[in-house]
Amino acid sequence: MPVWPRETAAHAVGFTVMETFRPGTLDETLDLLTDHPDATVLAGGTDLMVEINYGGLRPTSVVALRRVDELKTWDGTFIGAGVTHHRLALGPIPALAQAARTVGSPQIRYTGTLGGNLGTASPAGDTLPFLAAVDATIEVRSAGGTRILPWDEFLIGPKRNALAPGEIVVGVHLPEHLPQRQAFAKIGARNAMVIAVASACLVRDEDGSTRIALGSVGPTPIRARPAEEMISAEPHPNDKAVAEFGRLVAQEVSPITDHRSTEAYRRHASGVLARRLLERCLV
Amino acid sequence: MSIRVTVNGTEHIIDVTGPQSLLFVLREHLGLYGSKNACRQGECGSCTVLLDGDPVCACLVMAADADGANVLTIEGLGTEGLHPVQQAMLDEGAVQCGFCTPGIVVAAAHLLEHDPSPSADTIREALAGNLCRCTGYGAIVRALRRLAEAP
Repeated sequence: MPVWPRETAAHAVGFTVMETFRPGTLDETLDLLTDHPDATVLAGGTDLMVEINYGGLRPTSVVALRRVDELKTWDGTFIGAGVTHHRLALGPIPALAQAARTVGSPQIRYTGTLGGNLGTASPAGDTLPFLAAVDATIEVRSAGGTRILPWDEFLIGPKRNALAPGEIVVGVHLPEHLPQRQAFAKIGARNAMVIAVASACLVRDEDGSTRIALGSVGPTPIRARPAEEMISAEPHPNDKAVAEFGRLVAQEVSPITDHRSTEAYRRHASGVLARRLLERCLV
Repeated sequence: MSIRVTVNGTEHIIDVTGPQSLLFVLREHLGLYGSKNACRQGECGSCTVLLDGDPVCACLVMAADADGANVLTIEGLGTEGLHPVQQAMLDEGAVQCGFCTPGIVVAAAHLLEHDPSPSADTIREALAGNLCRCTGYGAIVRALRRLAEAP
C-alpha cells in the first residue's frame, strides 16, 4: 500500500495549502465569509469539482456548506439552498420534481443542490425555469443582513448572479399558491446525464392565467410574456390557439448556436416544448 | 489540514493540502483502486461510492469536505464471500471489460437495499449515472432482475 508523505511535493516548493472551513451553522458560515470574502463557497461540489478537475481552479480557501443544517430546511413555501435534487425529485411540487429528476444521474442528484443551481447560474440550470415560471424570490444573506431578490434580479447573466462578496444563497421563497397544473420538460441527447439543449416549465391556473419560462435558450431563464398574455385570455384554447402560443414562445427566446445545438433548433424546440406543456396542462 | 474519514469501517486520518477529490484520496492515499478514475466530471459513475449511505461520484466530492464522513467503496462490499450483486453479475455474464463494474455494483447494491424488487425501468434509471462502454446493459439489468425476483 503506497504511503504518501505528509507534505506533498507541491507543498514543499511553496504552494499555498488550501484552507478549509466546515461551519455547522449559518451564523458561523456568514462570520467566516466576512473574514474571508474571497473564499470559494462549496455546496454539493458537482460544478466546482469539475472546474477543479478540468479547469485548473485552485481555491486558496473553501467554506463548505454541507454541515449547515439550516440550509437543508424545506418548510412549505421556503426551500433551503442545501436541499438536494434528490429531495426535490421526491417532493410534492410536480414541475419542480420533474425538473430535479432530469438533473444528471442519481449520483449527481444526491450531491447537487438547489442553491448550487442558483450559485452556478448556468443558463441550463434545470431548476431555474420552474423558479422563473412561479416568480420565486431568492433569499441571500451576509453577516450584514438579508436581501430577498426576485429571480430575475438574482440571475443577471450566463453564470452570473447578484451575490455580493460574503453573501450566500439561503433558499428560495415560492408563492403561497401554486397552480396544480404545472409541467416541466427538457430536451437533450439522452434521458440522463445531459445538459439541456432547451427546457421549459409551464404553470396554468384555474382561471387560465398561464406562465412559461424557458431554459438554455437565453443568457438566463426567459419568460415569454406576450405568449403568456395571449394564452391566458383563452379559457379553452383550441388547436389554433395552442399553435399560436408555440409560435409566440419561439419568437420570444434568444438562443445561441454552440457545441450542444443550434440557434434554429433551439428556437424550434422552444415552440414545441411550449405547445406540449400547454397541452399537458389543459387535460 | 487533516481529515478524519471512515472508509469501509476503518478510520483514517489523512493530510489534505489542496482541493483534491475523495477519489484521489481513496486511490492514491489509501491504495483502494477499485473505484475507477475515468471521467473526473461525474459523467461515468465508475468511481461511485456510498458517502454516508448515498451513492455519489467520489471524483466530485472534495476530500477536505469528507471530514467526518462514512465511505463505503467496492472493497467494502462482499468482504465475506461475494455480495449478491457481484454473484448475480457473475452468473449472468454481466461483466465485459470490467472498468464500470465496481461503480455499477455499488450503485446496484444501494438500489436493492432501498428497493429489493426493482422493475427493469427502475434498474435502468438507478444505473443511469453508470456508463458501460462495452454496452453490456442488457446482461447487467438481467442480473439485477434475477435478484429482484429471488424469493
